[in-house]
Amino acid sequence: MSFDNSSAVGVLEPILERYSRNPHHLMQILRETQEHLDFIPQWATDYLAEALALPRTQIQSVIDFYAFFYDSPRGKYRILFSDNVTDRMQGNMALLSRMLSKFGLTQGQASGDGLLSINTTSCTGMCDQGPALLVNNHAITRLSSQRIDQICELIKEKKPLAEWPAEFFRVEDNIRRKDVLLATEMVNGQALKRAIELGPKGMLAEMKASNFRGRGGAGFTTAVKWEACRNAPGTTRYVVCNADEGEPGTFKDRVLMASFSERVFEGMTIAGYAIGAAKGFVYLRGEYRYMLEKLQATLEARRKANLLGKDILGQKGFDFDIEIHMGAGSYVCGEETALIESLEGKPGKPRIRPPFPVTHGYLDQPTVVNNVETLAKATLIAQNGGAWYHGLGTKLSTGTKLLSISGDCDHPGIYEYPFGVRIAQILEDCGARNAMAVQVGGAAGTCVARHEFGRKIAFEDVSTSGALMVFGNNRDMFEVARNFMHFFKHESCGFCTPCRVGTTLICDTLDKIANGKGTAYEMNELSRLHQLLRSASHCGLGQSAGRPVNDTLQKFRPSYDRRLKQKDFEPAFDLDAALIPAREITARDDIDAHLGADQ
Amino acid sequence: MLSPQEPPKRKLRVATTSLSGCFGCHMSLLDLDENLLALVDLVEFDRSPITDIKHCGPCDIGIIEGGVCNSENVHVLREFRENCRTLIALGACAVNGGLPTLRNGLDVREVLREAYFEQPGAVCNTIPNDVELPLLLDKVHPINEVVRVDYFIPGCPPSRDAIFKFLTDLIAGRTPRLDYPQMRFD
Amino acid sequence: MNTENTFIIDGSPIPFEPGQTVLEAALKADVFIPHLCYFPGLRPNGNCKLCTISINGKHSSACTTLARPGSEIENNTPALNDKRRLMLQMLFVEGNHFCPGCEKSGNCQLQALAYELEMMTPHFNHFFPNRKVDASHPEAFLDMNRCITCGLCVQASRDVDKKNIFILSGRGMASHVVINSPSGNLGDSDFSMSDKAASVCPVGAILPKHRGYSVPIGKRLYDGVPISSQTEFLKTRKA
Repeated sequence: MSFDNSSAVGVLEPILERYSRNPHHLMQILRETQEHLDFIPQWATDYLAEALALPRTQIQSVIDFYAFFYDSPRGKYRILFSDNVTDRMQGNMALLSRMLSKFGLTQGQASGDGLLSINTTSCTGMCDQGPALLVNNHAITRLSSQRIDQICELIKEKKPLAEWPAEFFRVEDNIRRKDVLLATEMVNGQALKRAIELGPKGMLAEMKASNFRGRGGAGFTTAVKWEACRNAPGTTRYVVCNADEGEPGTFKDRVLMASFSERVFEGMTIAGYAIGAAKGFVYLRGEYRYMLEKLQATLEARRKANLLGKDILGQKGFDFDIEIHMGAGSYVCGEETALIESLEGKPGKPRIRPPFPVTHGYLDQPTVVNNVETLAKATLIAQNGGAWYHGLGTKLSTGTKLLSISGDCDHPGIYEYPFGVRIAQILEDCGARNAMAVQVGGAAGTCVARHEFGRKIAFEDVSTSGALMVFGNNRDMFEVARNFMHFFKHESCGFCTPCRVGTTLICDTLDKIANGKGTAYEMNELSRLHQLLRSASHCGLGQSAGRPVNDTLQKFRPSYDRRLKQKDFEPAFDLDAALIPAREITARDDIDAHLGADQ
Repeated sequence: MLSPQEPPKRKLRVATTSLSGCFGCHMSLLDLDENLLALVDLVEFDRSPITDIKHCGPCDIGIIEGGVCNSENVHVLREFRENCRTLIALGACAVNGGLPTLRNGLDVREVLREAYFEQPGAVCNTIPNDVELPLLLDKVHPINEVVRVDYFIPGCPPSRDAIFKFLTDLIAGRTPRLDYPQMRFD
Repeated sequence: MNTENTFIIDGSPIPFEPGQTVLEAALKADVFIPHLCYFPGLRPNGNCKLCTISINGKHSSACTTLARPGSEIENNTPALNDKRRLMLQMLFVEGNHFCPGCEKSGNCQLQALAYELEMMTPHFNHFFPNRKVDASHPEAFLDMNRCITCGLCVQASRDVDKKNIFILSGRGMASHVVINSPSGNLGDSDFSMSDKAASVCPVGAILPKHRGYSVPIGKRLYDGVPISSQTEFLKTRKA
């Protein structure tokens, strides 16, 4: 496409104006550009580079980094099948093939007529109602052959998305067990009022008394984070709500953002009050794009109710507002420093730590980054006090935890439990009768085998950011680990050597085993690579990437062994297939034009 | 319990070959000069360009120069792996594929077309397809991507000192190591 | 020796000035820690991970870790060197590194570390990627086959030359350096061989034209003396 000044002005100028030509809003500008143009053409990159005074390559690097930005046409309809292991278990691959064959396409290929492209993407957070896909980043759940056929028809008719059946886009909350967070009615502003009564220091004291630990997975004490940020030197402070829920199998933040956003926003406002911040960001993963308009309306209502904005609830000088930043398909942005890079309009590569965000975060200013659930629960602590909260859960893990349960069970969905609940109890509650293994904490988490079902969900035992995937007796844990490993390879940011190359090497090794070419040699390689990634990788992604393999090697070793050849080595590639091009051009097919297996 | 003692004075049997290489590594082996005589005291040669024996019998050590670029290379390499207790990759091409891998970014069909049709002076106008000729693999591979390899001596070619040090270590039962000046990739 | 500003590497005390990283202080004291993406005077990158050390039992990058009094650091140990060798092997199979055909050979830091750590083989299956060679500039050529995405050219061009010619793009295995010019070619940029970015590349990805193999084998930087004995050279390089 050549440069078209009228489209540039017509499409890009309103977007640029909306974001005040602020280069820190590059991701949002690119997202909206793509929503208008279906991809980001070269002329748009050039125009934006000029308008935002950024090097063209810097914009290119952002487009290249995020899976949901395209610099070449990917069709009017861009279909991405969620490819978490739970989607696999629900049959997504057959549906993908069905759709590909309807259009005569191969995976990843854009159709010649510019109509569509079909590919896979990392877990979209719909595991309780999968298989799922994204069409132009809007989620469609509960796929079936019939639904796929309908989608194909709609695409062939070139029906605008707005005219597709609303039922396709229905996302259920599937709340199955409520505890203090989900069962407590919320009156908007009440928790905030209480926080203001307590004063920033009083609120911090309540947080401290609750011994509340962050719900994103790492379990850092929230009060310590808030206090460090409050005390850090800086001109401006920020609260960031991490709603980049990318851990495969996790969808509890989806439910909180969709149905409890008032609580999340109020928690952010309380955090802002406690640390002295005037600005908050919600970093919402690109897969949850469908929520954006509703969330913005909620924010607007809160502004009108003086729960956001200037002099909140009449408190002179208490100014706080919230902005929503959409991600664009990058798991590593769940890491807080990568998230901040992304907020600043850059590729989401984790920063060197220290310094930590509490002193040098967004725009190098003191920043608190908290998980959605953490902020929502801060409202409970404001309302009911730290001592009350401290009485829930276990001594080291106070309070409750939201679990996203999916996989082989009768009732997938959201379960809120006090910390300390045993896995066996959870399995009983969700109707998982034949569980062989449970993956707690997503791909980066812990694989728990049946003999460990007596273990507890708690920071001091099995810690989790909130995913719990159940695998029944008939599941192949080797394939589970392989699915997770491919996820890590796809999501590695590429910054550090061990993760960038190592995730690929582990995937290649697993693929080799899957292809029946594995030997004891590969088993040794897997352990060595895991050890390296764990100790030398720059961030948590690389450090935990080898875990699914390591855990399943320990607990489900036969699922590997039964694939191995009883030889000392086998090439990874098919030698006979490597002769195909030469056979073709020489038109030979005699016996010497083939290579048999090594005897 | 046996006490550590000198290994038996049997001569070790060694086979060598060049797959997709330039024989530069073999030249370096011959370059051992008088050390070649010292080596011959310790080993006897099986299949090798030096002996002209066509097939490898049971050996203690197999030395492979060159990478794997065609079907014949695969057969020879398998023969060596099958017969040699210890297999050594000698030189850059055996170790990492070497310069022949420069074609790995190209489609092998294009490579053949270019060589037999497009080149100035190409007169045959056909790509040789005699059944006697080995077919090219789509990519050139280092030998450790095709069989298990026990030791690697890098260098293009490895120096005679490197080869001598490595082999004498190995024959004496020491895990072979190169001294710094012998450690070279070019 | 002032014990307040001293830490221990492999049993030996190393003095440091507050604000120095472990790598800087070690180099200053002529203690070698393997590294590729660090260059004196440029902000530490921390991406190659060759300088991975163990501080009080915890792994960390020496180039990005501030020296602290009393730290007990392991550096030149078989276990750490095994990890480093593994990472070198990763870098070798990730790109196309054919030393006999590279003008940087003998002066290449990647190669020198492979010698130092006795990397006899790249070990893993080669990726044999298709990468760009850019000969469009009159003074220099770019061979991305050899690029290890260390980011030094990016930094030097941005922070020293103030030209922003190089930038890292892509993600994961697709990470690569791109050129900020209308055509994406170096010849179209205002790059010059006198730029700092022209001389920080640890491998042979950015090389001057018209020079060739100017130093005979045997006389090159790392031919006779291991990189671990060249701390004087390494620490006096200027950004």
